[in-house]
Amino acid sequence: MPAKESSSPLARWTRDGGQMVLELSGDWRRGGGTADIQGEAPDEAPARYDTDELGDFDSTLPAFILSHLRSVAKPGDDAKPPLDGLPPDLRGLMELALAVPEEVEARQTPAEFSEIKKLGKTSINVWASVLSVAEFTGQSVLALGRFVTGRARFRARDFWVIVQECGAQALPIVSLISFLVGLILAFVGNVQLANFGASLYVADLVGIAMFREMGVMMTAIIMSGRTGAAFAAHLGSMKANQEIDALKTFGFDPFDFLVLPRLLALVLMLPLLTLYANAVGIFAGMLVGAAVGIPPVLYWNETVATIGLTMASLGVFKSVFFGAVIAMSGCLQGMHAGNSSASVGEATTRAVVASITAIIILDSGFAAIFTVLDI
Amino acid sequence: MNNSPENPQAKITVRDLTMAYDSFVVMRDLNFEVAEKDIFIIMGGSGCGKSTLLRHLIGLLEPAQGNVFYGNENFTAAGPLERVKFIRRFGVMYQSGALWSSMTLAENIAMPLEENTELAPKAIRDLVSYKLSLVGLSGYEDYYPAQISGGMNKRAGIARAMALDPDILFLDEPGAGLDPLSSRRLDDLILRLRDSLGSTVVIVTHELSSIFAIANNSIFLDTATRTQGAVGNPTELRDHSENPAVRLFLRRGEKSEPPSIPMS
Repeated sequence: MPAKESSSPLARWTRDGGQMVLELSGDWRRGGGTADIQGEAPDEAPARYDTDELGDFDSTLPAFILSHLRSVAKPGDDAKPPLDGLPPDLRGLMELALAVPEEVEARQTPAEFSEIKKLGKTSINVWASVLSVAEFTGQSVLALGRFVTGRARFRARDFWVIVQECGAQALPIVSLISFLVGLILAFVGNVQLANFGASLYVADLVGIAMFREMGVMMTAIIMSGRTGAAFAAHLGSMKANQEIDALKTFGFDPFDFLVLPRLLALVLMLPLLTLYANAVGIFAGMLVGAAVGIPPVLYWNETVATIGLTMASLGVFKSVFFGAVIAMSGCLQGMHAGNSSASVGEATTRAVVASITAIIILDSGFAAIFTVLDI
Repeated sequence: MNNSPENPQAKITVRDLTMAYDSFVVMRDLNFEVAEKDIFIIMGGSGCGKSTLLRHLIGLLEPAQGNVFYGNENFTAAGPLERVKFIRRFGVMYQSGALWSSMTLAENIAMPLEENTELAPKAIRDLVSYKLSLVGLSGYEDYYPAQISGGMNKRAGIARAMALDPDILFLDEPGAGLDPLSSRRLDDLILRLRDSLGSTVVIVTHELSSIFAIANNSIFLDTATRTQGAVGNPTELRDHSENPAVRLFLRRGEKSEPPSIPMS
């Protein structure tokens, strides 16, 4: 087919007697450039259209006409504007577009960007999230109470599956990270301590650091990225899919059924993982020690002599709280997620950020308390 | 104020119900009754609040005003513990099926039975395959919801809703997304269940063919006025309703009947 010469789209407003006429000519196509509009656009709908010179058109032309008609339409006026003079196919499209009047109420008012409003909104949101955290904590305590008195209902199988997911299946990553942390601590420590000829104290350094802080911290952070996120995503998509509603209408308490097993599993498994991480870290330190000339037996004796039961239990003690925090923030964000797939993603992000922040803050609190108590 | 329904014989009575999300009123002043063994349709245009009304009836949303009664007991005023007693009598199928995705179909249906009855495992298994056979899903016991089609999910959702032989069955758009034959089978299923189990069925739908085939009572929610357009038997509403919006809806927008120009 020979290429048809196309003329550029043109719209001209003219006044014929008392009537507004819209003259349309040229080819109205997406690739045809911007329409040339001549004459002052009136604040009324054209009484008639002149389309004698009109060439080809696609959706750009009806879109242009509709935008004018919408802009001059008076609210509450359902009268259809005249469409005389339009070719039948275009007229049909316009009638279709105008068949249902614009839902003025449905238009979203554009968000105000005043800084004070933003600040106010943020404050309200922060307060609302504080309240929801408080409510969730309260519900968790009540649910634990129901569990202790044997009135909470959840499937034992679910519990064991979660225990497996956040226990045994987390071992590889926990091993890797805590091994490397132990290794790094030992290397860095040895560089300095060797200056004093006190290389043996690498054992003390690694042992104390792992047992007090690094073992539990690294494990908690791994678990909030791994398991806390998984909780939020799982519960969030259950919510989006109305599965949580379905639990409610069968008389199951979603809190007992979904949150409680996750909370118990993580509170149970995080201390065990922490113990394991501590052991792996010390093993890594021992390897470095062997490399720099400290016999493993000596390293072991030094470690055991330094770390008493109190110090060994500090990290494990903290891990109970961290486990609860991770499980609760994951479940909270999941249960409060919106009903779309995007909100599941947001919930996951919030869960991880919230739990890591809470872990660090809690840990500082513990550090202060332990200092005051001198342990 | 209104602490008892006017007609205690009715299975479900809704009095002056106003539904709202925060300050946005979805529907106001809803008043209707569902009699025992009714197949009651909640109909109306898309987005008019049909599913919202259903969620109010089963207690997932709280009314802004008004009350819902079951028999002569006030459901809206009941505390959480009392509500569980009401809810045990319900069977609910959600729009997408809402099967628990981490469990197989069999486990989905077995769970309410395991938790609410003292049945032996064998009896539960038999019940599960019976319920699945009723919806034509026999043999799919060990499939996960993600492994079967949307329509099958829906039917499995109905099987789960029927797990406890509920007194009142709530179905949210059961026919949407089903092929005509499955949709027809579903209509038959609903009628049979009503006849044999004596359940009352409340259905949210806008499938006209199903509405006329199975319903004996209905409510039309009118988006324009934000209240009920009409209550009654859909066939009668189509022919005799005083509300033009209702007649238009039930005739697929055709204003006169019979159609003046038959399509050739």
